[in-house]
Amino acid sequence: MAALAPGAAVRVRDDWPETRGPVHIRTPHYLRGMRGTVVRRLGAFANPEDLAFARPAAELALYHVAFEQPAVWREGRPGDELLVEIYEPWLEPA
Amino acid sequence: MDKDVPRAHHDLGGAPKFMCEPVDVEPHALTDFDKEVDGLSGVLRMKRLMTVDEMRRGIEAIPEDDYHRLSYYRRWMRSITDNLLRKGVITEAELRAALERV
Repeated sequence: MAALAPGAAVRVRDDWPETRGPVHIRTPHYLRGMRGTVVRRLGAFANPEDLAFARPAAELALYHVAFEQPAVWREGRPGDELLVEIYEPWLEPA
Repeated sequence: MDKDVPRAHHDLGGAPKFMCEPVDVEPHALTDFDKEVDGLSGVLRMKRLMTVDEMRRGIEAIPEDDYHRLSYYRRWMRSITDNLLRKGVITEAELRAALERV
């Protein structure tokens, strides 16, 4: 996937690797399948999903992604946002 | 969040089970044990014997009942022990002998 620009509409992959064996995942469960907006690219960092198991880890782009809070947690006022750091492989175009 | 999802037990954000419990925001005093565990984890990272990601993986692997029973730094200690045994930095026999001296 090409680098995501600020303002890009994305969706967090609705994937559940924790059901398939031991994993270390930095993408919280409550965002799986949710739509958000890229705010900024934070840089590239070694993949923690591999570092956690002392495996060779490729560098992945990390993004700040904003989500409308009422849609995620069914509470909060319109305009309330969550800002979450998400690695690129977890994001798909929306 | 009211979807019934297969979240891992440590992945607590927005879990309905915890939404009705008030958050304890009082400052916590650190015990000597807490400070030693914190120092130990720093030394292990500096010596490249354990990454923060490996420590998090070890914490997340603690069985659910123990996870909720253990204090924050006891979870760290459990993960550090697991990682050092796994990598052969210490042996089960050395760990047992050290615990008997306590």
